[in-house]
Formats: sequence, structure tokens, C-alpha cells
Amino acid sequence: MFRKRPPPEEERRLRANDREYNEKFQYASNCIMTSKYNIITFLPVNLFEQFQEVANTYFLFLLILQLIPQISSLSWFTTIVPLVLVLSITAVKDATDDYFRHKSDNQVNNRQSQVLIGGILQKEKWMNVRVGDIIKLENNQFVAADLLLLSSSEPHSLCYIETAELDGETNMKVRQSLSVTSELGDPNNLAQFDGEVVCEPPNNKLDRFCGTLYWKDCKYPLSNQNMLLRGCVLRNTESCYGLVIFAGPDTKLMQNSGRTKFKRTSIDRLMNTLVLWIFGFLVCMGVILAIGNAVWEKEVGALFQSFLPWDPPVDNFLFSAFLSFWSYVIILNTVVPISLYVSVEVIRLGHSYFINWDRRMFCSRSNTAAEARTTTLNEELGQVEYIFSDKTGTLTQNIMTFNKCSINGRAYGEVMDILGAQKKRVQPLDFSAWNPLADRDFCFYDQSLLEAVMVGEPAVHEFFRVLSLCHTVMSEEKKEGVLVYKAQSPDEGALVTAARNFGFVFRSRTPGTVTTQELGKAVTYTLLAILDFNNIRKRMSVIVRNPAGRIRLYCKGADTVLFERLHSCSHELMNITSDHLNEYAADGLRTLAVAYRDLSEEQWEAWAERFNGADKATDCRDDRLSAAYEEIEQDMMLLGATAVEDKLQDGVPETIAVLSLANIKVWVLTGDKQETAVNIGYSCKMLTDDMTEIFIVNGHTVQSVREELRKSRERMLESARTRDGGKEVEAQGWGGACAFGNGCGAGGASNWVSNESKCSPPQAPPSSFLESISGEFALIISGHSLAHALEADMEREFLETACACRAVICCRVTPLQKALVVELVKRHKKAVTLAIGDGANDVSMIKTAHIGVGISGQEGIQAVLASDYSFSQFRFLQRLLLVHGRWSYLRMCRFLCYFFYKNFAFTMVHFWFGFFCGFSAQTVYDQYFITLYNIVYTSLPVLAMGLFDQDVPEQRSLEYPKLYEPGQLNLLFNKREFFICIAQGIYTSVVLFFIPYGVLSHATQSNGVPLADYQTFAVTTATALVIVVSVQIALDTGYWTAINHFFIWGSLGTYFTILFAMHSSILFNIFPKQFHFLGSAHNTLGQPVVWLTIALATVICIAPVLAFRFLKLDLKPQLSDTVRYTQLVLQKKQKPCGRVGRGVGGAGVASGSALGRLGRGGSRRSGYAFAHQEGFGELITSGKNMRMSSLALASFASRHSSNWIDTLRRKKHANSTGMQNTPPTGEDSAASSQAPPLSTSSSPAGKAGQACYEYVLTHSPDDIALSVIRSPEREVGEYSTGTVQEAPFVWKGTGARINGASSPGPPPIAEETSSGE
Amino acid sequence: MGKKQAGTGPLSRRPDNSAFKQQRLPAWSPSLTAQTVLPTFYILSLVCLFLGIWLFITVENTYELKVDYTNAGTCERCFDLRKHVIASKTPCTCTVSFQVPKTFQGDVFFYYGLRNFHQNLRRYMDSRDDAQMVGRKNNLKAPSSYCAPFDYDANRVPIAPCGAVANSMFNDSLTVMYNPAVGSEIQVPLYRKGIAWYTDKNVKFRNPPTNDTFTLQRAFEGTTRPLYWQRPVYELDDTDSNNNGFINDDLIVWMREAAFPNFKKLYGVLNRAQGPFTEGLPPGNYTLYINYNFPVEPFRGRKELVISMVTWFGGQNYFLPIAYLVTSGLILVAAVVLTMVYVKVGKKGKNMED
Repeated sequence: MFRKRPPPEEERRLRANDREYNEKFQYASNCIMTSKYNIITFLPVNLFEQFQEVANTYFLFLLILQLIPQISSLSWFTTIVPLVLVLSITAVKDATDDYFRHKSDNQVNNRQSQVLIGGILQKEKWMNVRVGDIIKLENNQFVAADLLLLSSSEPHSLCYIETAELDGETNMKVRQSLSVTSELGDPNNLAQFDGEVVCEPPNNKLDRFCGTLYWKDCKYPLSNQNMLLRGCVLRNTESCYGLVIFAGPDTKLMQNSGRTKFKRTSIDRLMNTLVLWIFGFLVCMGVILAIGNAVWEKEVGALFQSFLPWDPPVDNFLFSAFLSFWSYVIILNTVVPISLYVSVEVIRLGHSYFINWDRRMFCSRSNTAAEARTTTLNEELGQVEYIFSDKTGTLTQNIMTFNKCSINGRAYGEVMDILGAQKKRVQPLDFSAWNPLADRDFCFYDQSLLEAVMVGEPAVHEFFRVLSLCHTVMSEEKKEGVLVYKAQSPDEGALVTAARNFGFVFRSRTPGTVTTQELGKAVTYTLLAILDFNNIRKRMSVIVRNPAGRIRLYCKGADTVLFERLHSCSHELMNITSDHLNEYAADGLRTLAVAYRDLSEEQWEAWAERFNGADKATDCRDDRLSAAYEEIEQDMMLLGATAVEDKLQDGVPETIAVLSLANIKVWVLTGDKQETAVNIGYSCKMLTDDMTEIFIVNGHTVQSVREELRKSRERMLESARTRDGGKEVEAQGWGGACAFGNGCGAGGASNWVSNESKCSPPQAPPSSFLESISGEFALIISGHSLAHALEADMEREFLETACACRAVICCRVTPLQKALVVELVKRHKKAVTLAIGDGANDVSMIKTAHIGVGISGQEGIQAVLASDYSFSQFRFLQRLLLVHGRWSYLRMCRFLCYFFYKNFAFTMVHFWFGFFCGFSAQTVYDQYFITLYNIVYTSLPVLAMGLFDQDVPEQRSLEYPKLYEPGQLNLLFNKREFFICIAQGIYTSVVLFFIPYGVLSHATQSNGVPLADYQTFAVTTATALVIVVSVQIALDTGYWTAINHFFIWGSLGTYFTILFAMHSSILFNIFPKQFHFLGSAHNTLGQPVVWLTIALATVICIAPVLAFRFLKLDLKPQLSDTVRYTQLVLQKKQKPCGRVGRGVGGAGVASGSALGRLGRGGSRRSGYAFAHQEGFGELITSGKNMRMSSLALASFASRHSSNWIDTLRRKKHANSTGMQNTPPTGEDSAASSQAPPLSTSSSPAGKAGQACYEYVLTHSPDDIALSVIRSPEREVGEYSTGTVQEAPFVWKGTGARINGASSPGPPPIAEETSSGE
Repeated sequence: MGKKQAGTGPLSRRPDNSAFKQQRLPAWSPSLTAQTVLPTFYILSLVCLFLGIWLFITVENTYELKVDYTNAGTCERCFDLRKHVIASKTPCTCTVSFQVPKTFQGDVFFYYGLRNFHQNLRRYMDSRDDAQMVGRKNNLKAPSSYCAPFDYDANRVPIAPCGAVANSMFNDSLTVMYNPAVGSEIQVPLYRKGIAWYTDKNVKFRNPPTNDTFTLQRAFEGTTRPLYWQRPVYELDDTDSNNNGFINDDLIVWMREAAFPNFKKLYGVLNRAQGPFTEGLPPGNYTLYINYNFPVEPFRGRKELVISMVTWFGGQNYFLPIAYLVTSGLILVAAVVLTMVYVKVGKKGKNMED
């Protein structure tokens, strides 16, 4: 940190292959250092940092005070021992953290890369790479620094990168080098390259780069398209060369990994406030005692001077009082115990470990356990009110499975439950038997569809033909017969894979052809046109010519658009299909309708001409193109419909149901389209059919958004009025207080809620009223509306409306908007927010929310890195919150209550004693007792409680989500509770002082020696204190594990052991001054009077607590008390634990049965979301992304441009005509692909018997199991399909799924067993 | 976590299935039910009641007598005399008469009591040197700085024992005379030794090493007596040479500071070997002869003689039995209230919503 920092760069200037030149600028090397200390700097820097903490400085200050003899009322070690302990614990923790950072730095810095030095490729460590070096990257390597792509092995110097680590997006991105540099193919040429780059200084913008390359007296502009950023992985590219522009800390990756903002929990903030109050209290007590001292010294002390003259600097009572103030500050400092902060940290750390250790949050599929990445937020997990969830990858697996289809009016895929409950035993169809190209991970259960294919039903064949032709998927066949599809969106992949398994295998494509294997026979279609997808069209078509020369248009698209374009003779079929579609939509499936149209040669030619005209047009090209598309996509014949399941992560609907029962509101913020988002909303049961109304805010202007919001509020009110009928008077109560917090908390429990609620602007509707009618509304708002809604003057309105709805879905939102929404709720609701996501687009929201959760186990780790907690399944969230969070909160609250109590009980005794000892700051206890009280005698039992306490078993907190509520309402530890603790502490201190005082001041031992000496009093009080606080912790401990027993009894034992040791003659003989309590323990504790005193004090301290607790339990039992009680009763009755009361399962069954298939709106269908981007059609027809034969390549070699996609647009026409002219390259590919023996023998289904047998033989079960283990994705497929069939999908509502409805019990949070083994 | 399973299997990172890590440790979770709480209250009440009554009876049979002699009887004169520092060396004796109404049976203890004397001031308590009192030679000649200003006298001669505590030692001598109805007055014989804690007498306070030739006086050579003392520390007890120096019982008793400003310290124990005292202290008239040295007027204190009997429980002490009785009563009231509440309005563990 003391390194000389060069002034900030204005611009970056570098020359390739010229280290000397570049060294002038002193650019950062590629060595990264995230660690904070090294061995030498550790101690000073760490201590410096630690003393920046207020608490530590405070104790240092106390220590200095104690060194002044006139003030020192305690020995120096009473402060220094705890302080050193605290500092060293923290230091050890910091050191370990830093050690791991050093390790990971080293690992990264020592990665190998190939650097071109002196024209030769040399292996170099990453850290030795310099700016201006040219390095070579190979496939699947991490990019070492921010590089300017110079050339690559691929055509057109394209190269593919995966930016998962950078921004979380798993799809591949294309980068292209400048044409001038792309010609420098080999190392020799590159070594000669001496271009100079002038570019922007290092920054953290991932999607922007601007610079200029000067080479050979020419200027070339550089953009982000030419850059490979550190953290990316090279894919599908053999190798490439890049020029290092930014290295090490200057790279965009490192610039982005700013230190995360330190998050504090609300308990933390409360604690800090309370500590400040306690300081105030301390000062007050100091002042009172100092005044007392002044009075005493004036009245008595002055007269007592013959026995005890004032200390030399003191010459009057006022100065004495001043000193006494500081002396008392020292004595009473234990009300703010230094061990508080350390203990809190320890407890949180323990809770974090429990999260890390939880097997039920371990995902065996991705082999990831849950991880608490922050150890400071645990108790806040028990207070969450709002969850903001990403969709893709979080709620869904981003895996699409072809689930059902309707072909020619017949529905397939719905397995009839002839076998009733045994349905789950139905095996997925074995396609490999007759189709060697089948994807083994594909699961389908309906035998009848396979039969239909085999029988050769033309409609079925045509259906799958569409699926195998009409798409933009690329295939790769590295090994014969092993096809890998690269779909741009998973929906498409699912459809093409389905076709593949049913015998219509998409094999390969060239810009002008599509080769398929139809039932074992290779067929090459000429691809005449791709009518690409876009958002408005909601469909895509291809026009192909089959080998027989017939031209056909195949179309798939949203049913709403497709049905309008059908031939009239399809109407009957359309109605049946429509019914099927409704069914599919009800199941939350994404549906597409599939159709075809036969085109005559004339029709095609006529259209092609118009199309070319439109394509070449310079103005309104897009409009004209779509008009042209529109023209040909008419009079289509309906084939059927597909239903693709956007596979939800396991247990998502159950989790959401449980969370909403726990009063947690789940908002989905997604970048997806509205349809997709709504669809998912339905499938994860956030939206249901029995919702009163779903408001969709989709306006583009401020006015319209405002209007829509207003209308929805009015509608809510209206429906409430009609529902409540006579209660309209209440409804008129607009403008009243608006209660924040959750609606269900409205009731007696919401004191806090209503207190906070006086601040709503006048125009705001009474959301207390709105919230009282919540539960039937949902709000769906799109990104552009959100932009308006989030503006300062409307955000309030938006928030009111949104919070009155049970479900809120924001679609098409940008990452920034996600953060803004979170921020909005955080700011206005005073509620704890949690954001959960998996991708880089969620990072901002994860960082903004109080708690950020990252879904791990996916490829991108950006979200995980930014998160506070990470695990691999959304459903673990309920465990994280309802079990761990709830416990953490409970434990932390109990811990804090007890901690403040015990320290007040301990310290305030000094205060009372002050009135008897002339306010001279004499302590009541032995100094060792003061030193050890907090760190030895009382720390471990409360720590054990803070770590292990459980009020109800974990399964109960999942069964009764309402148990979560106290945390949200902040009931367990707040200012009121704090004052109760303090009052209890003070009461205890009064008892602990005055009872021994009353007894001992007159008592004598049985041998006549008075007991009123100071040491006896000290020992009696101390012992009574330790016993009382031990009894109290025993009362507070609700869950006595062996550890609790050990700590509580152990602490008592330790106390007596240390007491006797300290008062032993051995220690006295060595240090007579330090251990002058010699014999006190023995003399005091041998007296029955003393024990009677201690017993009396304990009874007086504890009995009221017991009485109050019992009364509270009896009169106002909390839900947790009830659950606990019920459990106790059940245990007594020796019955197996049945569920009593309203469990989730019960509620689920009820709502499940209530869910019919009625009133399904069409809005939910047509999840035409299979293409996320348009433009891929053009990429295909241009052939740019294909490895082509040299012949084909030649035709493209002439066209270069820096912006290739623009070129594509412009040259579209030329391309497509070119396509027609090029001879079909299908023959090439067919020739090149030597048919595998299996594939030739297995064409028709019937003849495949032999092949099938062989296949099974070669793949022994072990083999399959292994492969399952090896590829997580594959297992996901299998497993999740299984889940659909087996999981108790109580909410699914489809009558056919009997097993779901018939399986009662709590949601399946069953411990993950090793399904892979 | 998964270091044990170093393998890379799909479950290599699965957390251990130990009860501890899974928070499934077997545990006892007690809960406050009426079945446990109410009986506890009743039993507590009963126990307190029993203890209270027992203690009360014990205390009732223990007698204590206080004779304030600060300015009573002929001590008025001495009291006035001691007001002035100049006259502090002038000897003064006085007598106070008192009556013992009942026989003090068994061992009878004689205490001197001081009121408003703050032995519990922080600086007072610190003003002593335990290392010196344990007879260490180095410390004898070099008293701790905590003793200031009673560490060295005006001539920089170290004081032994040093410090404010020792300096202010109570130095009245008390003699109690029994005036029987017939016969002359008899001195009440007192044991003046064995009145300190065993550990104090034998461990905490030691004289500097002496032998037959090296007397105690020589051991204390080079030190001086505390300012307010009339005699040096090695001459505290004329009658018993083994009771001199730091191990003098009166000194030890005094050095054990009282916790509160009103206290009593043991002066002597009735020697029941002979005369009318074999059964204890007979009732009748007594006279207290005081060698009045200790000034209490400056700090508005009082001095008294306390005569007390002792049982297993110690001396007369009404506080504890009464406190027990009161507590018992309160707990009983609480128990009754709790029972009523439980029976009448209690939810009996049911939540309201259920």
C-alpha cells in the first residue's frame, strides 16, 4: 500500500513485441495480488486495521487510563488480557484468510501461458506476461490477460469465447480480429508485428473498448469485438494469438472485482446503537458516582484524611470526583464487554459452518455443498421479508425437455395411468435400441408415439421432420455417430433432440443444405430460406427443397400467431390442438404450434424475387422483409403442437409455497420475455388460476404506466369492496396509515409495523388496506414500464401496488433495474431483502440486497463470487432461511439478551457498592474474577447456547413456516427486549449486592470470626453471581446437548477450581501482593451462612424470571412454544410424531385439489421463447460460423469487414442467391461422414434387433452409471424427469398425476442420497 | 471439509454425516410447563419457609449485646481529649457500665465495633504491603509505593508495617469486669489469641526470620513503627512474645478489611475455664474498662463493644431468616397466582390461532 503509485493513466500506449518501449510506461504486470499482508507487514498493518475498530480503540484507551495510578481502579491486566485475546483471535482469522488469498494468487500467477519472445513461443508463467507481449492461446484455455485478438486458426479469424467467469453468460460469444492482423498467421510473422495500440485507460466496463491500432502508417479502430478479456475461456477454436493490452490488476476482470461493500446486519446496527446507549449509561453512572464522590469526600472523606490523606495531586473534593469518574469508567467498562464482539463473530462463524456442513443443502449432482461466503450475516437470514429471484438458472434449470406433443389431434406424452400408482415405475423409452444416433439422455415415456413413428404415420413423420429442419441449431460430430448439438437456446435444442430420438436426426448443415437421417436414411434438403425469428413474428420458418425436389415451408411458432395463418381445412384440427395446448399450458409447459405448407416452384420463385427485393431495400428493410415473410407464411397446414418443459429446479413450487406461508414475498426479476416469465410464474405456482386478477403493466410512457398502476389499485379495491360487501365503510378509509411489513403480520403482533407506518405520502393508497386484501393479485411489469415506475415520483406508487400483490414478476429488466428494485424495497420498506441469482446479470442485485445468494454449481461464478451465500439449488433457500436463518436469528437474539444481562448483573454491583465505599471506585470482586468473568466463567455456556440452541426441531420449522415470523417482525431482540434484559440485569445486581450485604454485614462464622470482611463479601457475591448467571443460562438454554452440559457444568467447575487455586497458599507464597485473597475461598465457602445467602440470592433472582416466563407462555404463547408443547405432549403419549395443526402438506393438498383446469387464459400459452436472439438464421445462411470446404470458403474470402454482422445484413441478398447457385454441399458432408456400422444397420426400427442387443452389451450398466456420474448435465436430465413423475407435485392439479396428490407429508426436503451411486 | 475423502467422486465434497455437523446432537429440551413450574414454586416456597423458620428459631436463641462507649459514661472526657491531634499521646482511661439481661450460653465472643469507619475505600485497601507482612526482608526495608504516604517516615526510614491500614489500627484496649451480686468484681477472662483466620495467622502473616540470638526486635531494625502507633510492631503484646510482630492477632484481625463502614472485629473469646463463666456469660452488671486511644470523633464514628453468642449458623442475624420467610411468602403468592392464571385464563399451551 505504500508502493509508489503512478499518476492515473490518460490513455494507454503500447507497442507489440517491444518490451523496452512499453517498460517506459510502467504498466502493471500480469501478477495479481489480492492478499493484504506479507509476513513482515502483517503485524503492524493488521494491528493498525484492528485499532480502527471503535471498540478496540476504546479498550486501548481504557488501558492507558489504567496506567495512571490515581485513576487505576483495576490492574492493567484486567483489560489487557481480554484485549490481547480479542486481537489475537482476529489476527489469526485475518492471517488465515490472507494465507488462502496468497495461495490462490500463487496458483493463478503460476499458470502457464505461451509467450512469443524473440520470435519463439516460450512457456511463461502468467505473472511474467507483460503488456505488449503476444501470447498464444489454445482451445479451452483461460485467457491470461486482456488481449487484442490478432489472429486465430479459424476462418475469418473468428474465435469463440465463453465469458462465464466474467459475466456469467454461458453461451458462446464470437470475437474477430482485424483483417490486417488476421493475415499474420504464424509466429514468425507475428514476431515482426510492431503495431502500436493507443487505447483507453484501464476501466471496468466489460462491454466497451475503444482504441486504435497504428501499423504501417495506417489507423485501425479497435472495439470490444476484437478483445479477449481475462477470465474468458477459449472454445471451439484451435488456437489464437493475442496482444496483451491490459495485464494483471488492470484487466477488466480485476477492475470489476472491487471489494464488496461490507454488509452489516440490522442486529449489528442495533447492537452498535445499544452499545452507544450503554456508553451513555456508563457516563451517566460515572457522573452519578463522581457526584457522590464529591459529596462524600467533602462530607466524610475530608474528615477521614487523618487515616487516609488525599493523594498528592488531589487537593479538593472536586478533583477527587473527577478522578473518581475515570476510575469508575474503568470499573464499569464491563457493561460493554470487549468479548461481545468476539463472541458474536464466533457464533456467526459457527453458524456459517453449520450451513457449510449441512448435508441437506448439498447437491450430489453438482457435488457442491452450500457455502456461507460471508460470516457476518447469518442472523439476518432469519428476518428476510422479500426475496428477489432471478429466473433462468435459479428457478429453472435452463434445461428444456420435450415433454408432450399433440400430433394431428392426438396427444402423446401423457402416460395413461392404467397401472395406477405404479406409474412411476414406467421406464423411459429406450431409443438406442433402434436408433443409434439417439441421445441417451432424452427421456420420453409414451410408447404410443414411438409406435406411431414406426408404423409410419405421415403426420407424425412430418411433425418430426419439421422439428429436425426448422431451427438454427448447429451440430458437431466429432466422432462418428456422436452428435453434439449447439443450440442457441435450450428450447430449440430440446425440440431437435426430440426429433433426433424419434428417428429424424439432424445431422449436419451447410449454408445451403440440411442433412438429416430420417429413420436411418440420410436425406439432404436444400435450404432455400430461413425466415428468421423475431419478437413480433413469434415464429420461424424454413423453406426447403427435399431430394425429390418438392418445396415445403416448415413453420413453428406461437399458436396465437400460427393459428391465424392456417389453411381453413385445418380448423377442426386447430380446435383439438387448441384444447391440448390449454392442457399443456396449465401444466406450465412452453408450447409451440407446428405447421407446414407446400409450395409450388412458381410460388417459391415469385416469392423469392419479392423477398430479394425486400432484402436489398435500403429503407425499411426490416418491415419489408417481415411483410415478405408474412406473405408466404399463409394457408399452412397444422401438424400439431409441442410442449417443452422449462424444467424448474427441483422443489421450486414447494419452496415458493413454503416461503410465502412464511410471509416472505417472492419477486421474480428476470431478463426474460413476459410470456416466459408468466409461464414460469404459473409453473412455480406463484401465479395461480384462482387469483382474482393479474395486472400487467406494460406501458411505454410515464402517463400510461401511472395510469395502469392506478387502475390496478382501483381494481383491487373494487374487488375487495364487492367481496366485503357491507364493509365498504372501511374501504373508504383511504389516506389512512399504511402499514409496512407484511400483511399477515397485521394483528396484535405488528406493533412495530404500525409504528413505522406514519410516513406515507398523502396520495398513497392505504396499503394497510391493500395488504389486507392481498393474496389474490399479481403484478407483472416489464422493463420499460419499470424504468418509469422507478422514477422518484412514481416509485412510491409502484411499491404500494406491488406490495399489495402476492406475486410480482418483473420481466425484461436490466441488471441495473434489478438492483434498483431491490434498492427501492430496501429503502422504503425497512425490510430485509434477499436476492438470489446465478448469473452475472444478478450481481448488482445480489450486491444491493441485504443478503445475496448465488446459485453455484453452474458454470458462471460471478454471482457466487458476489454473493454472501451460495448453494446449487433454489429449494435450499427454504432450508437456509427457515432452518438456518431462523435458528441463527433466535440464537443470536438469545445470546445478545443474555450477554447484556450477565454483564449488567456483573457490573452494576460495583455501582451499588459505590454508595458504601465512599464512591472510591473500589471493586466488589477480586481483580482476577473481573478479568476472567467474561472470558472464562460465563463465555462458554452462552456461546454453546448461541451455537447449538434450537427451540423447535428443524423439520418443524419447515412444517410451520409461520415460525419464521418473529424474525421478520424483529420480535426477539429489539430495544424493548434490550431494556428488559438490562432491567433484569440490574435487578439481579441489586439482589446480588444487597442480599449478601444484609446477611454478611452482621454475620459471623460459627467460630465467631465476623464474615463482614471485604474478601468474604467479594467471594460470596462472585460465587452468587456465577451461580445465578449459570442458572439463568440453564433456563435460557432450550436445547441441552452434551456440549451445553459440559460447558455449563464445566464453567461452574472452572470457577471453583480457579477460585481455590487463586486463593491457595502456593500462589500467595510466590506473589503475595497479587494473590492476597489467600484462604478466602476456603474460609468463606465453608460457611453454611454463605451458602444460604447464595441460595437465597439465586432464588430471588430466578423466581420472578421463571414466573414471568411461565405467565408469558401460558397467556401469550408463541407459535414456537405451541409447537414445542405439542411435541412434548406427543412424546409423552409415545405416539410417533404425527403432524398436528396445519402443516404445509395439508395446505398444499387443499389448494391442490382446489386447483382445477378452469378459466385458463390464453395468455399463458405460446411461450415462444425458443430463440433468444434473432440473427442466427443469417449467420447460418451466410455460413460464417461454419467450417467449410475450401471451395465454399473461397466464395466468402473476399468479403471482410470489421463488423461482420452488419455485413451480413447488407449482403444478405447476395448470400441467399449465392446459396442457390452453389452446388449443394450436402454431398460433401455425406461423403466425408463415413457411416458408422451401427447407423447403417439400424435404419428401420424392425431390423434393429441385433443392433440393439449389441448396443446394450457394449454399454454395461456400470458404464452407464459412470457416464452419469461424469456428466452432471446428463444426470440432471434423468433425475429431473424422474422428479416430475415422482415428486409430490401436490399443486400440479392435474388429476392424472395421482401419485403426487396421494403423497402427503411435508415438502420433500429429503436428504440427498447418493443418487449417483 | 471433505479432506478425508480426497477422492474426486461425485460426493467427495459432501459434508460428513455426523450428528454434530448436522445439528442433530441428542439433546434434552426442557420446557416450562405447568407440570414443572407450579410444583417448583410450591416446593421452593416450602423449602424457604422451612429454612426461614429453622433459622429464625436458631437466631431467636442467640443473643447479642452492644455497648456503645464512644462518649458514654466516663468516656465523654476521653472522647473530647481525642478530638485534638496534639493530645493523641496522652493516655486516657474510662469506664462504661452495662447489664447483661440473660445468660449468654456457651462460647461468648467479644467484638469491638466501629461505625462509619471506611476500611473499604479503594486507596485505603490498597495501602498495604502483603509482601512486607509475609516477612520478606527486601520488602521490609522497601515498602511498596502503594503504602504512600505511610511508607516512609519523615526521616525516610521505612515503616513496618506500612500503609494506611496498619497505621489506623484499632488500639483501644478493653477489659470487661463482672459485678456479681455478691462478691467483688471479677475480670471476664478472654482468649486474645486464635481470633484470626488460620490461613492469615499461619501463611499470610509471617515475621521476618528470627532465631534465639536474632530477636524479633533486631529483625525489625532499620524500620520504624507506623505514625499513629504507640508501640513498635514487635512489642504489640506484652504478655506473649509469640504474638508480636506481623503475626499479632489484633493486627491480623485489623488487616482483614471490613467490607462496609459499620463493622465489628473479634476482640476476644470468653475463657470458660473457671469461675462463673463455665456456662457462659452470666447475667448481671458489668463494667467496661477502656484504654481510650482510638479517635473516632474526626470522622464522626462510633465505637462499641459487642458481646455475642454463636451457633452453627454464626451470631445473631435476623436478616437471613426474615429474608427467607419473606421470600417464601412471595413465592407462595406467586405460585397461587400462577395456578389461578393457569386454571382460569391460561391457554394450556395452545396457541390462540389453533
